Amino acid sequence: MSFNATGLTIFGVILAMALVTLATRWGGVFAMSFVPLSPRVQRFIHAMSGSVLIALLAPLAVAGDTAARLALLTTAGVMLLLKKPLLAITCGVIAAALFRYF
Amino acid sequence: MSVVGSELYRLDRLLVWQGFKQLAPIGMFVAAFGAAFGLAATQAGLADYTTLTMSMMVFTGTAQFAVLDLWGPELPLFSILLTVFAINSRHLLMGATLYPWLRHLPPAKRYGVMLVVSDANWAMAMQSFNRKQPGLGIILGGGIALWIYWLLGTLIGVYLGNIISNPKAFGIDMVMGCFILALVLDSKKSLNTYIIWAVAASTSLLAYWYLPENSHIMVGAIAGGIAGTLISEKAMAGEDNDEL
Repeated sequence: MSFNATGLTIFGVILAMALVTLATRWGGVFAMSFVPLSPRVQRFIHAMSGSVLIALLAPLAVAGDTAARLALLTTAGVMLLLKKPLLAITCGVIAAALFRYF
Repeated sequence: MSVVGSELYRLDRLLVWQGFKQLAPIGMFVAAFGAAFGLAATQAGLADYTTLTMSMMVFTGTAQFAVLDLWGPELPLFSILLTVFAINSRHLLMGATLYPWLRHLPPAKRYGVMLVVSDANWAMAMQSFNRKQPGLGIILGGGIALWIYWLLGTLIGVYLGNIISNPKAFGIDMVMGCFILALVLDSKKSLNTYIIWAVAASTSLLAYWYLPENSHIMVGAIAGGIAGTLISEKAMAGEDNDEL
């Protein structure tokens, strides 16, 4: 299904994108309102919350380019040494930028 | 069984304001990312107001970038929506993880807070809950901060142009990865945590290599969740039998 990009269809596509995104933002909460929050479910949710982050990071660290890996390594180093998140992020980004520059 | 957090679901104006301020510094990076999007969108041929409308209404960095590849004189609606859904499906997980606290709120507030959930404010809110501090103000206030910066960034990208012609050259594509890594390293960890993370990491990698694009977050998160359930059951065997 394709549409010619006119003013109206463009707005329609953006609106549809917004609705799909909203459905993902609301869907998890809505679905959970039908699930009893047993201790087991709570443990699942707790373990899942950390896993989302790891699942996001792992491919970046393993399959990313050298700059990506260098950025993560720098962030980890600064974080472990100084425990300053914002500084660690900045250093990571700068490391990637420098690597790509040279 | 205990209710998660006694008063951690609190949400008042002060908490929202605190959340706003807490996410404001990271918002600077989001603005840079937004500027990169504004520029990429302009180069992909989107009209200025189209780009701005999209950032305002959709508010989702990676998916908006991905859609640019599909944008042209013909708009393939189904491919666009599928891409948006696949990349944003992680919001479903975020909503589920926030439910133990959100359920205490009336529906209007509950879904109102979720309007602005995204990676950074969600991760920070979860960290706050883990420290037994209220987190929903971070979602709402922080989300509003991120939304404003995202929009401002897009605006800058669209109008001021060539500052950031190639976001990768400035490492801006790594902001979210570094942010999440910093939060992960800052969190409390036990042996169980490492086992769960190992499961999540390996399954997400397998999904990344062998399953359809953008499925790795979903797969890794659910596998990690299942691992967490199994481990705790082993650890607690004979202790509590208050399962459903």
